[in-house]
Amino acid sequence: MALSENLADTPWLDPTGQQPLVQLRGVTKAFGSVVAVDNIDLDIYQGELFCLLGGSGCGKSTLLRMLAGFETPNSGEILIDGVDMAHVPAYERPTNMMFQSYALFPHMNVEKNIAFGLQQDGVARSEIADRVHDILTLVELQDFKKRKPQQLSGGQRQRVALARALVKEPKLLLLDEPLAALDKKLRKQTQFELANIQDKVGVTFIVVTHDQEEAMTLSTRMAVMDAGRFQQIGTPTEIYEYPDSRFVADFIGSANIFEGRVTEDSADHVNVSTDVCDIFIDHGQSVQVNSKIWVGLRPEKIRITKSETAQSGPNQISGIVDDVGYLGETSIYKVRLSSGQIVDVAAPNQMRPNSKTDRITWEDKVNLSWEPSSAMLLKS
Amino acid sequence: MTDATQTEDFEANRPAAIPASWQKRIARSLQNNWRKIVILIPFAWLLIFFLTPFFIVAKISLAELAIASPPFTKMVEWADGGIVTIRIVFDNFTYILEDSLYFDTYVNSLKISSSATLLCLLFGYPIAYAIVRSGPVAKPIFLFLIILPFWTSFLLRVYAWMGLLADQGTINNLLIALGIIDEPLRMLYTEFAVYVGIVYTYMPFMILPLYANMERLDGSLNEAAADLGARPTTTFFRVTLPLTKPGIIAGCLLVFIPATGEYVVPDLLGGGNVQMIGRVLFNEFSRNSDWPVASAVAIVLLFVLVVPMMIFQYFQGKSAEAK
Repeated sequence: MALSENLADTPWLDPTGQQPLVQLRGVTKAFGSVVAVDNIDLDIYQGELFCLLGGSGCGKSTLLRMLAGFETPNSGEILIDGVDMAHVPAYERPTNMMFQSYALFPHMNVEKNIAFGLQQDGVARSEIADRVHDILTLVELQDFKKRKPQQLSGGQRQRVALARALVKEPKLLLLDEPLAALDKKLRKQTQFELANIQDKVGVTFIVVTHDQEEAMTLSTRMAVMDAGRFQQIGTPTEIYEYPDSRFVADFIGSANIFEGRVTEDSADHVNVSTDVCDIFIDHGQSVQVNSKIWVGLRPEKIRITKSETAQSGPNQISGIVDDVGYLGETSIYKVRLSSGQIVDVAAPNQMRPNSKTDRITWEDKVNLSWEPSSAMLLKS
Repeated sequence: MTDATQTEDFEANRPAAIPASWQKRIARSLQNNWRKIVILIPFAWLLIFFLTPFFIVAKISLAELAIASPPFTKMVEWADGGIVTIRIVFDNFTYILEDSLYFDTYVNSLKISSSATLLCLLFGYPIAYAIVRSGPVAKPIFLFLIILPFWTSFLLRVYAWMGLLADQGTINNLLIALGIIDEPLRMLYTEFAVYVGIVYTYMPFMILPLYANMERLDGSLNEAAADLGARPTTTFFRVTLPLTKPGIIAGCLLVFIPATGEYVVPDLLGGGNVQMIGRVLFNEFSRNSDWPVASAVAIVLLFVLVVPMMIFQYFQGKSAEAK
């Protein structure tokens, strides 16, 4: 996403003095004894593409449906553009939703599906025709006006659904798993299209997804949700590089996790002692000395070298290759440490593995090491 | 054990009777055509037992009343000396068309059955909608309640309505006891009673196809309409109603067709005061013993019902093509 780094365009990075478009205050929703959304606070700013990411049943769709007005929170309040939505029915909210099933009206053609929302607002007939034409041009479906939804492909239906929701120029567009029904290749292509369209129209998007890659590609900020609560909110980079819990570190990408104790904590570095080695981290983080902590290491941040002699020292471990997975662009090595723990290492295949001598293979003795900046401190 | 030996004997003998290549061929054609065979049997059954009586009735309608058993003239007669006489008379049809009694009765039947169909739709539609929207516990109970009346005899239920609607019946007694009325309301043997009977009897035939149609509708369509700014009434008229059209058509046909020829309800609840074609047909047949006229009445009824339906089907097919 080529978003400008100008702070005026990205209020979510510096929220002081900004009025959020969407404000959630202590929102809770329970279905019987199951709490789907548990006391959530959230601010979303104008122009954001905010992703709610989580596994099935984590409450992300319920949260979206509360914003649309299909579910009523048990407690807490939802404000959109400063207006309390408690007593505003779905048909009067300044939001539009793109449904996971697309929910296109099967008895209306593409044109009528898109015009439906504008007709409800009493827009003049000639203006409806113009706006329908413009939005169809935007999603590149000008030639499909007269088709019925069942005569369209999955990708075309997805774009009609997007056009129908966008044509009303809502303050907030809610997208429920917008790409889930598409095949993998189309999904990747559409991810970028969706982000481009959002950039063009400038409408705030909230996207619900279970696909972490989709969330990483699309979002300006994302929230990782589990059991009705936010585990972490941040930009994709923040979430990936600085997760603050084992759940987030493991949910987004993969991570090797070591349990340890903080031995030193200063302004510019942290030392952690673990079963396998001492880990030195070159940036400060507020942790208690001697407290129990976890350290996460991304597989691609670990260097792997063949070595007959085991080396010791901070940020170094040795082990034996237990398994190798060749994926083409990278290889995954599963390295067994003396403690029995298996560490995943991902190394790019920069050279063709032709000479057998320097190729790492099963039962090789290897050394693992990483930069002091790479280790991630996980407090829970 | 004897069976097994018999089969073996049979198997042993068979190759001599039917060559092996033939056996294979028969087996293969059975395998390839079993779908057609499975469909053919019930289809043939329906065809034979619908068409045979239809042609018998059509034949009788072209005969003349006679003092004989059965009470009509034969269509084909073999006289001595090999002379064949074929006698076809259209008098029964001209008689029906000329006597305004029959015309009025047809019109009245159509009026009552179409109004009753409309009433069934007006009451049945919300009921079907409510059942679809009801919870997982209530839904099977509601459906069971709709089907429950079929477990008692239809005749018994109509007699029960006589008990309810009579001058000294349950409803009048209750209203008088409550002091709402002083004299019993005349309900039995009126058109009102016929409507009550037909709407009551045919309501499940309206509700069930509507239910089946609505159950298949994607609930998110209503949410999508609301999300796009449609109020609940707009959502109903622009989304729900057009999408339940197939259910409405099926339900209306299932009520309208049998209601037009209904005999029991107008006879028992309408007495002599409400003329419907089913009653006329019965009277011609059993009281007047005029089988030819009764058959002609039935044939005309069939055309009155089938012709509009074919026209409707034709236009329906045309508009489907246009889409």
